[in-house]
Amino acid sequence: MLLKSLHAQHSALSKTERQLEILSNGIFKDGYLPTFADKIKSVGQFPLRPKKIEILQLNVGYMCNQVCAHCHVDAGPDRKEIMTVETMQHCLDVIKNTGVHTLDLTGGAPEMNPNFRWFVEEASKLGVQDFIVRSNLTIILANKKYHDLPAFFAKHNIHVISSLPYYKREKTDKQRGDGVFDKSIKALQMLNEVGYGMPNSNLKLDLVYNPSGAFLPTDQKALEHDFKIALKEDFNIDFHNLFAITNLPISRFLDYLINSDNYEDYMYSLVEAFNPKAVDNVMCTNTISVSYDGWLYDCDFNQMLGLKVAVSDNHISKFNEEILSNRNILISQHCYGCTAGAGSSCQGTVA
Amino acid sequence: MEKTYYDPADLKKFGKITDWNKELGDTFFEYYGKVFEEGSLTAREKSLIALAVSHTIQCPYCIDAYTGDGLKRGITKEEMMEAVHVAAAIRSGATLVHGVQMMNKYDKLSM
Repeated sequence: MLLKSLHAQHSALSKTERQLEILSNGIFKDGYLPTFADKIKSVGQFPLRPKKIEILQLNVGYMCNQVCAHCHVDAGPDRKEIMTVETMQHCLDVIKNTGVHTLDLTGGAPEMNPNFRWFVEEASKLGVQDFIVRSNLTIILANKKYHDLPAFFAKHNIHVISSLPYYKREKTDKQRGDGVFDKSIKALQMLNEVGYGMPNSNLKLDLVYNPSGAFLPTDQKALEHDFKIALKEDFNIDFHNLFAITNLPISRFLDYLINSDNYEDYMYSLVEAFNPKAVDNVMCTNTISVSYDGWLYDCDFNQMLGLKVAVSDNHISKFNEEILSNRNILISQHCYGCTAGAGSSCQGTVA
Repeated sequence: MEKTYYDPADLKKFGKITDWNKELGDTFFEYYGKVFEEGSLTAREKSLIALAVSHTIQCPYCIDAYTGDGLKRGITKEEMMEAVHVAAAIRSGATLVHGVQMMNKYDKLSM
């Protein structure tokens, strides 16, 4: 298990330039594999353009109580980047004044932002249709001050989306750290107790599965079926939907791919599984990602690669729905992760 | 001259067998795809059978392919190893059951 972020280790891969260099060179430069731009050109989908902006995804900070092996954010306890109240206020203004109907809080562990609860309370007043918090589950048990999170979420009708890489201990702990599985199970039971994830409950609890290794996820429905049976039988846990998310080759997962000599084969699998239908609905076409310091990105992955949206007003304080809707989306080879097979997004498959 | 008989990169070129005989190649891949569809057996069960058979026929391409396929499907390493033991048991059983032939022959030839 990792103890420190790549950032704290001063790893070369903590630098976005180095990651982009790796993704652009080698097998993509020598023509062994087509670049993502060439691939979408071949199916008439270049440049990639947005549709209506529906989702605002806020990364409220990179601090996390876990250091997961696959984390594309390179989050961990040693990360100090936290969204300020001022930036949050700008986000509230955008929600008030635009057609955004879904708010998606992510991190790190969003709950560790000291202004998290204030922001949830304020944003709830604005009548967001779908208010998502991406919770890593173990945060609920990490400290007494977080034990009431399930009740707090329920009070504000938060849609909880939680990562649980597998329904068995070994694979979960290997990816997310020792003891994470048991704590995640306990946290899911606490969420169930307040009504989350129960059949017919309005308190939505969805799980996220991502492969614990250099392979692509299989059919989302089949996985959901397996998760539902196993979690119910073994732990009496209920949840609504399972989202199967492909690991994108950036940050820690890229580091893992290179160190385990899986990078080329993994990229080959992604390119081989390219699905033009998935391109139509990739999440960057209806989402804007906001970083802790207010910069705007096409998605959370581009945020981690430092690729700000390609417009001059690229900060939340200057959010312009019309200009943003007319931009070209920035792409690189990591984008193959969202177009492989049935596609992948923060809301699961897209094709 | 090639230095090895097997190259992992060749698995990715499997589809190219159609280059030299399109009709038979396409027919094979269509059949292959249908065989692995969900049927009376689940796709998961078929994947485990394929893994076991891969070991019996000692096909390195198939072992790579169906280990990866099993991981995708959430098949555990315990399940995979049990499947390999099934293959090994049938294989060793097949050797040993011929021992009866040996015994028969021995008895027949001996006074």
